[in-house]
Order: sequence, then C-alpha cells, then structure tokens
Amino acid sequence: MSRFDRLCCAVAGCLATVSPAVGQVAADPGVPAAPPERVVSMNLCTDQLAMMMADDGQLHSVSYLSQQARGSALVEQARQYVPNRGLAEEIYLMDPDLVIAGSFSDRTTLDMLRRLDVPVAVFEPAGNLSDIRDRVRRMGAVLHREEAAARMVARFEARLADLAAQAPPAGDRPRAALYSANGWSSGGKTLPGQIVTAAGFDLVADDFGLAWGGFLPLELLAMSDPDAVITGQPYPADSRAEEILDHPVVAHLKRDSMRGIVSDQDWSCGTPLVLDAIERLAQARRMATGAGR
Amino acid sequence: MIRLMLVLSALVLALTGAALVIGPANAPYWDSLSALVVDDGTPLTLVMREIRLPRAILALAIGASLGMAGAAMQGYLRNPLADPGLIGVSASAALGAVLAIQTGLAAAFAFGLPLAALAGAVLGVLLVLALAGPRGASITLILAGIVVSSLAGALTSLVLNLSPNPFAASEIVFWMMGSLADRSMDHVWLALPLIGLGLVLLATLTRGLEALTLGEDAAQALGINLTRLRLTLVGGTAAVVGASTAVAGTIGFVGLVVPHLLRPFVGARPGALLGASALGGAAMLLAADILVRVVLPTKDLKLGVVTALVGAPLFLHLIYKTRRQLA
Repeated sequence: MSRFDRLCCAVAGCLATVSPAVGQVAADPGVPAAPPERVVSMNLCTDQLAMMMADDGQLHSVSYLSQQARGSALVEQARQYVPNRGLAEEIYLMDPDLVIAGSFSDRTTLDMLRRLDVPVAVFEPAGNLSDIRDRVRRMGAVLHREEAAARMVARFEARLADLAAQAPPAGDRPRAALYSANGWSSGGKTLPGQIVTAAGFDLVADDFGLAWGGFLPLELLAMSDPDAVITGQPYPADSRAEEILDHPVVAHLKRDSMRGIVSDQDWSCGTPLVLDAIERLAQARRMATGAGR
Repeated sequence: MIRLMLVLSALVLALTGAALVIGPANAPYWDSLSALVVDDGTPLTLVMREIRLPRAILALAIGASLGMAGAAMQGYLRNPLADPGLIGVSASAALGAVLAIQTGLAAAFAFGLPLAALAGAVLGVLLVLALAGPRGASITLILAGIVVSSLAGALTSLVLNLSPNPFAASEIVFWMMGSLADRSMDHVWLALPLIGLGLVLLATLTRGLEALTLGEDAAQALGINLTRLRLTLVGGTAAVVGASTAVAGTIGFVGLVVPHLLRPFVGARPGALLGASALGGAAMLLAADILVRVVLPTKDLKLGVVTALVGAPLFLHLIYKTRRQLA
C-alpha cells in the first residue's frame, strides 16, 4: 500500500482494519526502541530541546515558529532545518520515524499520525525550573542521546547553583513585578516567576497570593511600589490588551536602571536557555542595587 | 426645572467623589483625596492622579456625551427609541477606531484615533438618518439601526481577527461592550477636545428642537433653518459619540434610559431635556463604572453589560408602548 493510500485511509478512518497496531512502544510512550534517524518536532519548546541535543542529521524538521525571531531563541540554528506548520499531511510526507509534540499540539493531528503508525512523543511544557531537568532527560531518552542529556543536566544544575549562591539573602532582595498584557502578573510557582526569583528578586505577585499568576489591577501594582517592573516584548500591531504596558503608571514604575529588562525569547520555553535570562536579570539587579543602595 | 438641575448636579458631584475614592487599592477616603491634591510622594498620589482621576473624568464626559446625544436624536426624530448605541452610530465609530489602530494611523498622528472614530460615526449617523427618513418612523429607524450595527460590528471583528497581534481578537468584546479600565490622562486629552466641541454643538440645538415639536412647517415659520439643525445634530452627535467610543468602546443604552427617565421632569420639552440628560448620563455612567469596580474588581466587567442590564428591559417596555401607538 502506498503512503498516499494510507493517508487517504487514515482520513477516512479505515486504517484500523487494514494495518495492525505497531506495539513496539516502550514503557515511556513515545520512546522508540531504536535510535530515531529522521525526527520531526512540531512545538517551539520541543524544537529548542531537540536542536540542543540531537545528533548530526538526526533532526529533520522544526516548527515554523522556531524560525521567527518573535518567540524563538534559536532562530539561526532553526533555519538549518525544514520548517513545518504542524499539519498531519505535511509531517507524514516527511516520513519521520519519530514526531515530537507539545501537549498543546493539535490532538486530532497527533491521533492521525498515530493511526498512520508514526511514533509520537508528547512533552508537557515545563511549569517550573525543576521540570527542566526532567524534560532534558526525557528528550535524551526519546532521541537515544542519554549521555548528552546527562551532561546538559549537570551543566544546568551547576550554573543554577552558582546563581543561587550569588543571590542576596531573604530580606535583602529587591522586589520585582512581572507584568504582561491585560495586567497578568506571574507568581513564584510559574516558570517566569522562578526565573525572577532565581535572579535574586522577590515577586510582587506572591504578596497578593498570585503564586500561580493572576490579574493584578494597575492600582495594586502602583501601591506595591516595586523596585522593578518586567514587561514582555509587545507583539506587532497595537492592541488594547498590551496598551496597559505603556500606561503612565507602568512607565513611572520602570523609570530607573531596571527599565531595559524585558521577558524575551529566552523566557518562553523551559529549557537550559532560561539560565541566560536569569544571568541578565541578576546582572541588572547587581547594577541597580550597587548604584541605588 | 432649576431644582431638577440642582439635584442632578449634586448627584453627579457625589458620584464623582465616590468614583475617586473607590477602587482596589482600598486606601482611606480622606487620604485618597488629599493625595490627589497634594503630591505626598507616596504611590497613592500616582494611583489617584494617573488611574482614578482620568477614569472619573472620562466617565463624566462620556456619560454626558451619550445622554445628551440620545436626548438630541430623540428630540430631532421625535421618537423615544433613538439612541446612538442602538441605531449603530457607536458601532460605526468603533469600526473607525479599530481601523485607525490596526492601520497604524492612531500611532502615526496624535488625533488619528478620535478623528477616525468621528468619521465612522458621521457615516453611521448619515446612513441611519437617510434610511429612516426625516420623520424617523420607529420601524425603519430600528431596522436601519440593526443593519448598521451588525455590519459595523462584523467588520470590526473582521479587522481584529486579521490583526497580527494575538490579543486583538479578544478585544472584540471591548469594542462591543465598552470599558474604562486602565485608561490614562493620555486618553482624556485625546477625547476631551472633540467631546467639548460636540457638547457645545448639541447645546445650540435647544431652540430648534423645541420649535420642531410644533412640526417642521411651524418650525420653519419660526425661523429655524432645518438643514442647519440637521447638520449640527449630525456633527455634534458624531463628535461626542466618536470621541467617546474611541477611548471607551461602545456603551449602549445610556442615551435611551436617561432621557426617558428625565422627560417627565422637564415637561417633555426636548430643549430642556438636553442639559438634564447630559447630567443624568454622567451620573449613570459614573454609577455603572463604580459598580463594575465593586462587583468584579479584577475581572474588568464591561460597562456595556451593566448599562444593557438596566436599559434593555426599558427598551422592551418602550417598544411595547410604541406598538400600541402604531396599532
């Protein structure tokens, strides 16, 4: 049966009767028995991990988002691969022996790929800093690159411990607020919040019981008088949701040396790249407190 | 009449005070007011001057605009169902505003946003007046309003859906329901000149609208220039509704409810109703804006939701009454 026929069959839902299930999936669903040789990643964050860890020629395609500077931290590297838009047809025709997806990837697409006997590994997004180790190890497992993963985890933990040693003790930490569109403020149980606390700040959102993040009215942000306000990079074209980030109150709170800090591409995914974000933030904190206190 | 204006003024004053001291920051009332006047270097001054003051000023000005525009349209069309929100003028203004924002006109030129909304509002008024005819029969007026509203609303959604900004599509609800959350002094300076101009234009209609109650021929015999009256009405309504919608989105029913409630107190004189409706509209919008802050402080409950909950039952009641007149 040609690949095109099988694709048509899958669309019509008749494959179950034609082709038996593969059943070579190990305990971790998605870990192939043999090292995969043609891997397609269809999620911005799995793209990053795969590009950092894959062997030469092992990774074939990454999502088109990884090639766009707005959200991707590894644009140049991503341009060496074939872009995909996460459509079942295009991915199937790439003939991958492993598809790596995020848990927010389209379920119907993943189901169709599974019906077509393509092994699919689904990654949950990392919700905090400690999740990053698990994701790196799991990526190492599905790519059969366990040693590279172990090295990466060791480096990650060493740098993180280094940063923790440099952070000021409790009571001497400046207070920062993460503030994004519509007044959303992330707290200490989220990945962006942990990036900020790892850089030696206390989080304003935590004072308001928003450890998991929540809407912080502009008035309360102003009353909390934070030492730093960290906003995101605005998207192209104006929107009312992001207008709040240009409000005179936010501009006033961002007035001094911490104003240049934004949450950029390095913040968007739970990968070892967040260490760069933490280091930049810690550097800004040292400059601000060194000059101001 | 003077007593009514005094009562309404006192009400507006009290509600403005309440709007200034009520908010999530929850500071003592007296501290809040003194922080507004004297910069004491605390964050409270920032909250009062940059968040609550612009919000109160906008509620005041936009409420007055919508109330007065509703009274003027009802007087001119001699039809109690006319309201800039219901007949599609606000929706067309919102379309103009959204186009200005998404094409970059609003960022390129300071008054681009309110002027684009004004242009949208002018088109909307002209379209509805042309469709409804000079006497503004209820059925044609409402049908024309529905069509203009839905078309402008659909185009607004289309423009926002095409925007490269992922947040734009969720803003459809702001443009359809209106909100004053997180507005700043920049928005006040953007809207106030045009609102002021429009209110002055509408205020000059007093004598013309009173004369018009006798019929068009009699009004002309009294020396009223009907063409000029019509142009002033269109210009004034478009100016106040355009500027209001540009910064606060579409807020419906204020121009319907307020003139209806106040009409008995002014002896049903459309000229006298103009000033009273301006004060009444300001009071209604200030009250609605306080309510959304008290009920759901973190959720940005839309102003249009509150005004519609009050206004829609009244509108149905009015339709019921007009139906009996038509039958």
